[in-house]
Amino acid sequence: MLNIKDLHVQLEEEDKQILKGVDLTVEAGKVHAIMGPNGSGKSTLSYVLSGRDGYEVTSGEATLDDEDLLEMEPEERAAAGLFLAFQYPVEIPGVGNMTFLRTAVNAQRKARGEDEMSAADFLKVIRERAKALKIDADMLKRPVNVGFSGGEKKRNEIMQMAMLEPKMCILDETDSGLDVDAMKLVAEGVNALRNEGRGFLVITHYQRLLDHIKPDVVHIMADGKIVKTGGPELALEVENNGYADILAEVA
Amino acid sequence: MAEPAPKLNPTEDRLDTLTMPQNGWADAARKAALARVREMGLPGRRDEYWKFTRPDSLVQPTAPVAALFHNEEGPLFGDLDRLKIVFVDGVFDADQSDDLTLSGVRIDRLAESADIHWASDLYGALEGNGHYVPRPLAALNTAYATDGVLIHVTGKAEKPINFIYLHENETSDAILHHVIKLDPGAEVTLLETGPAAARFNKVMEVDVADGATFHHVRAQGRDHERRAATHIFTRLGAESVFKSFTLTVNGRLTRNECVIDITGDDAVAHVAGACVGDGDFHHDDTVFVTHDALRCESRQVFKKVLRNGAVGVFQGKILVKEGAQKTDGYQISQSLLLDDDSQFLAKPELEIYADDVACSHGSTSGAIDEDALFYLRSRGVPAEIATDLLTLAFLAEAVEEIEDEVLRDALVERLQGWLERHRG
Repeated sequence: MLNIKDLHVQLEEEDKQILKGVDLTVEAGKVHAIMGPNGSGKSTLSYVLSGRDGYEVTSGEATLDDEDLLEMEPEERAAAGLFLAFQYPVEIPGVGNMTFLRTAVNAQRKARGEDEMSAADFLKVIRERAKALKIDADMLKRPVNVGFSGGEKKRNEIMQMAMLEPKMCILDETDSGLDVDAMKLVAEGVNALRNEGRGFLVITHYQRLLDHIKPDVVHIMADGKIVKTGGPELALEVENNGYADILAEVA
Repeated sequence: MAEPAPKLNPTEDRLDTLTMPQNGWADAARKAALARVREMGLPGRRDEYWKFTRPDSLVQPTAPVAALFHNEEGPLFGDLDRLKIVFVDGVFDADQSDDLTLSGVRIDRLAESADIHWASDLYGALEGNGHYVPRPLAALNTAYATDGVLIHVTGKAEKPINFIYLHENETSDAILHHVIKLDPGAEVTLLETGPAAARFNKVMEVDVADGATFHHVRAQGRDHERRAATHIFTRLGAESVFKSFTLTVNGRLTRNECVIDITGDDAVAHVAGACVGDGDFHHDDTVFVTHDALRCESRQVFKKVLRNGAVGVFQGKILVKEGAQKTDGYQISQSLLLDDDSQFLAKPELEIYADDVACSHGSTSGAIDEDALFYLRSRGVPAEIATDLLTLAFLAEAVEEIEDEVLRDALVERLQGWLERHRG
């Protein structure tokens, strides 16, 4: 599904290499986790895949179902089925959460040549999805993420994911800033979306999120590369011993 | 030796093109206004309040040509039950207007009315009292206005009154003067729509008595080449409410001045504007609020979206006189610059002589929030639609100043359509 080959990325503004040859394949139906110390390039990878400005791909490739992601505009990537749950969801004063999501859902449908969703159908679906994530009617009406707590913002990300039904979901430190209850709620939301056709890439610092969203594969990223890949036990190893041992071992 | 060049006098050159109407009761006010014009002189670039806006095309003897603009849109507020008063290039059009009868209101035409006692007390009075700052274009208007209406609101007006200004002549040069008097406790909503003329000079004097409420919503048409200098002068009595909102899209030059004198305790004055300019567009809001009473509230909220070299100007003043304690004054002017060629010039002023007041003001210019834009795009919203959403969001604070939901929704709908057509 998601194929990343030898991806090299530097910052546009300065001559600084962030990703130094990332190789990664996420298959449909699987959950991959990426862990790694601060500054290893995890968030950069998520931004480059979703098309944020400010990064220059110097070599390598990234495809989603054989479509070249790197050639597409961010909205085209979204329509192709890529979704990024932001580490820091952006507040957008003046744009209602519901208006935003309906615009997004219908823009994606239009881009794929599908019929737009009627207002009534949209309302029915969003109410259902919101309820599962304990998002109340007031949060749906309010401007996007404005005045939301950290937990509410992350739940809002997962609700967007549920509404947009992407093929490939990237979760960038979705656990950061969440208390245990909020994390459970978010994890349940993610788990409800797991199915055979959908891939997940979960970026996290800590093993605890992976207690709730069980990964099939765990990668360790350091200094712009995947340095080790293993099963769920790799996350436990990090939790117990930190990154130092693993990094020393691969050095 | 060459002949000495004739001395240039833009004021007299302009006055030479005009003929003062003679209709009896307003003659004294017109003559007094003409004397004020001569004393002040028409605006020039060196005048303190014309530093950011070139007045030349507003002052020159004849109106610059303004191509007519045709569009398929129906009339704004077309579905609304309202009393229509139509002016074509500044001339009252009886055929297109409704009967000038409305419960709670008496309406007369300036050009036709016999001496109306209340109007002769007001005509040119609020304008002439536009102290502190010279406003010669308004005085010129008082002296030479050829048409307009006198509205006396004695109760709650049955429905809104809509001045509809049609522009059908490429060189029309219209001078309209309206006087509106609200009796104590009276209420009216006034709508103004349309570009009016190639060049439009309009003055509206509004006297709001104790406990009266005046709502004003205006949309200045979409003709790209029109020019306008408009003034609102208002006096507010105790516990009265004045709320005015203006939407401007297009127009080569627009100068909207609003002069608010709050003279009665516990009054409320809100003035707001949203403008969207593209290319050869210059839009100037100049506002002067004077607090001369206790516990009054004033708000100024102006938002401008500028692209392709458009220019926005805001000059706003809050003057709190000695003794105007517990004044609550607020002023915000913001611009969204969609490219590097556009500019926003702002001059906020506070002058406060009372010691127990809350006054705040702010002015900002900024580009589209790139993080917000990326966030929307990452959800599949195309860049152009995302930009429109963020632009409307930016204007929302000003548009929300319109209290009436029906009027507000009508304007937002228009605004969305206009943004769509101005993409890129």
